[in-house]
Amino acid sequence: MQTLRRTPLYERHAALGARLVPFAGWEMPVQYTSIVGEHRAVRTSAGVFDVSHMGQLQISGDGAHDYLQARLSNNLDKAGDGDAQYTLLTNEQGGIVDDLIAYRRGTDDYLLVVNASNVEPDHASLSETEDVSADFALLAVQGPEALSRLGIDIAPFTFREGDVLGVHCLIAGTGYTGERGCELGCAPDDAVTLWDAILGAGVVPCGLGARDTLRLEVCYPLHGNDISPERTPIEAGLGWACDLEKEFTGVGLLREQKVQGTAEKLVAFVMDDKGIPRQGMSIEEGGTVTSGSLSPMLDQGIGLAYVDAGLAAPETKLTVDLRGRPRAAHIVKKPIYKREE
Amino acid sequence: MAADESYPEELRYHREHDWARVDGDTATVGITWYAQDALGELVHFEPPAEGASVAADESYGEVESVKAVSDLISPLSGVVVEVNPIVVEEPEKVNDDPYGDGWLIKIRLSDPGEADGLLDVAAYKALLDEQ
Repeated sequence: MQTLRRTPLYERHAALGARLVPFAGWEMPVQYTSIVGEHRAVRTSAGVFDVSHMGQLQISGDGAHDYLQARLSNNLDKAGDGDAQYTLLTNEQGGIVDDLIAYRRGTDDYLLVVNASNVEPDHASLSETEDVSADFALLAVQGPEALSRLGIDIAPFTFREGDVLGVHCLIAGTGYTGERGCELGCAPDDAVTLWDAILGAGVVPCGLGARDTLRLEVCYPLHGNDISPERTPIEAGLGWACDLEKEFTGVGLLREQKVQGTAEKLVAFVMDDKGIPRQGMSIEEGGTVTSGSLSPMLDQGIGLAYVDAGLAAPETKLTVDLRGRPRAAHIVKKPIYKREE
Repeated sequence: MAADESYPEELRYHREHDWARVDGDTATVGITWYAQDALGELVHFEPPAEGASVAADESYGEVESVKAVSDLISPLSGVVVEVNPIVVEEPEKVNDDPYGDGWLIKIRLSDPGEADGLLDVAAYKALLDEQ
């Protein structure tokens, strides 16, 4: 049996009465009080997530730019120094090894924040990078009041170094909830101080359960559910994060798919009948659910599914097999939930 | 508001964390505090049809939290005479009041003597201590 790893905030989570579960080899809080309550806190005020399990790879020095440019799907030159970019690491078949954020510190200086469960395959594909995951604790502070509670401002998809509530951090205008906010990288030894200060500012501690429902409402894919090495960005609707004009791993196949289309597409759907779709459920017309949950904001079942490309248009009626019960749903345009501006 | 942990003396318990309140030839059935706590906030109750037959130890419906689905195991056999409409609309009532407003179904018992085979509160608490 493998021992679960713990973040520097484990004792804090336990003291708050969090329900701790194994996730990607880590013992992580899935909820503190209620997933629905934590979800609503992020949509209406501010919540903080310990995401220190996520991995960090870095590469700097001559050739760093060209090395990543040849291996990541998005065009690094669309990001300036101090910008963060959503991008994909692909395999020879165009499949998605991981989705990640590339932080461009300089032309030849990058930090990559990757999924916890993919640190090893990512590092294998990007063997010239250095795994610096142990150098970072990572806290995501998300919600319409997130930045004001911290007393900082940061534009979406930019980053800088600075102090937050007295702790030196990498401050990034990124997140996984569809709300304004930031992700704060700090030294592991500073994580408890930063966490306590954030809670002291009235931010609600939130677990990975709410993180999952929040990202699903805004249709951010989860690697391992909605995207995988067997699925390409074109099927997944992530063509916008791929520059097919440049050369990168598997790009030839993606160009073909772009022209010829794919057999299936990843779509978002909302249940019309009662019931909650779950990963792995069949869609009778042709397809499979890859993520499903109750939407706390809509109070309806929602999900992502790969369906036959001919069925993928919004408003198309679907029938989800909920453990033997056929239940009506329909495809919606992504995102399922959009915050009011 | 989630309820405090409790296991009323007057109920009979099934080892799958269901309770029954037997009154003559009918029983009111629900899930225990332990079950609702393990699931978290309930967001869906998939009830049986009124008039459906249920059998002891077998599934009669499902409850779901955001993260998990759980089969509901009937502690007793009979026919469903009522489904709690409050819980169909507001499943979180089970978390608020698992032995009161959060009851799930009422059963007309086919064999009232079957209840003698269920656990009393002491036996159920002993079972929880082993978990």
